[in-house]
Amino acid sequence: MGIRTLVAMLVIALVVIGALATQESYQVFMPGLLQGAVLTIEIAVLGSLLAIVMGVLAALARMYGPTPLRWLATVYVEIFRGTSALVQLFWLFFVLPQFGVTINAFVVAVLALGLNVGAYGSECVRGAILSVARGQWEACTALNMSRPQMLRRIILPQAFVAMIPPWGNLFIELLKSTALVSLITLSDLAFKAQQMNQNTFKTIPIFTLVLLMYLAMSLVVTIGMRLLERRASLGLARGKAA
Amino acid sequence: MIWDWGFALEILPVLARAAVISIEATLIGFALAASLGLVLAVVRIAVPWTSWTISVLVELIRSTPLLIQIFFLYFVFPKFGVVLDAFTAGVLAIGIHYAAYCSEVYRAGFDNIHRGQWEASIALNLSSWTTFRDIIIPQAIPPIVPALGNYLVALFKETPLLSAIAVMELMQTAKIIGSETFRYTEPITLVGLFFLAMSLVSAALIRSLEGLLNRRTTR
Repeated sequence: MGIRTLVAMLVIALVVIGALATQESYQVFMPGLLQGAVLTIEIAVLGSLLAIVMGVLAALARMYGPTPLRWLATVYVEIFRGTSALVQLFWLFFVLPQFGVTINAFVVAVLALGLNVGAYGSECVRGAILSVARGQWEACTALNMSRPQMLRRIILPQAFVAMIPPWGNLFIELLKSTALVSLITLSDLAFKAQQMNQNTFKTIPIFTLVLLMYLAMSLVVTIGMRLLERRASLGLARGKAA
Repeated sequence: MIWDWGFALEILPVLARAAVISIEATLIGFALAASLGLVLAVVRIAVPWTSWTISVLVELIRSTPLLIQIFFLYFVFPKFGVVLDAFTAGVLAIGIHYAAYCSEVYRAGFDNIHRGQWEASIALNLSSWTTFRDIIIPQAIPPIVPALGNYLVALFKETPLLSAIAVMELMQTAKIIGSETFRYTEPITLVGLFFLAMSLVSAALIRSLEGLLNRRTTR
């Protein structure tokens, strides 16, 4: 979908939220839901940062690390990609305390989602690094660059552009996964929705607002990533000519 | 004692029974996703004026959390007089959510068919139904089987969400065992291991299927 359509959808979503918020039957839910939305955004942003760090580290460890590190990274990626996010969340929340490690729910949420998405992200990073043309690597070798120099100056800047679209998808996935943290007692948007639903039984207004809010947040991420991609690929001869 | 083998063995049969529910939900959900996704993708091409509506719909479904969609079906539909039991509502939500993803996969498959095939079908005066059934779909499906397989695995890993509306699948059972015995280590770890094993096995299966299909098509 074109960036204009996405912006139009975002505007429509925001206008509808605004219009609903002025109505009496919806108004009462707004403060609570917005409070929840703030927590959702906090978890999504911190989780994304952790995911980026883990994704890059795991990819580099898997590709260039010494053997034990490579194994460790592989195990990490397989475990976090192989089990579901909710199981990981519950494991960190319910099982770790039994080993004497108690972490508060917010940190568990950020850790679980960040590690989960980071595992998927490491594959994106790996794919993007491998997609850099072989001539670039050979030229680096010919210029007698060291491996870190090669990566930092030549390979990663080019791989970065190829990484943006898949990371955009992952950020959306992460944002949507934040709804899971409502199940470990954090009062995010999904939790507030359920709580209000149980108290008031005003199901339709609550869930309509919540869906629109998630939609608006996802659209912001999608649009942001599109803009970033456009900016990053300036001057690069890639893709279809505009 | 942190890990009790006796307890783990004791709860294994209970979890195994719950795993059947998880697998049932996966299979029904995926059947729904694969067929509804195909319908969406075909209608989008065959009936041009629906294209915009369907792409907005797909975008809407893909950019809101599955958990909220499950709640929506489970709590909102009864307000319109449609009462669904938890399992049906959950599986329906999962199926529709993944149908949106699958329709994009099918679309990629259709886009990969050489334009000459479409033109030849028009030249032969085939109806659009026959074109899809006999010309396009048989060519478009094999290359996208691995992508669909990935979504099957992803869908399987989303089934623990059904525990949020109290479907007695694996996660819910593990949670109940945990709250009854105050031992969460064994049930939740076993559930994790079960998912890990299933994912690794199905990833290997998809990879070999991919190899098989490649061999057939590149000959």
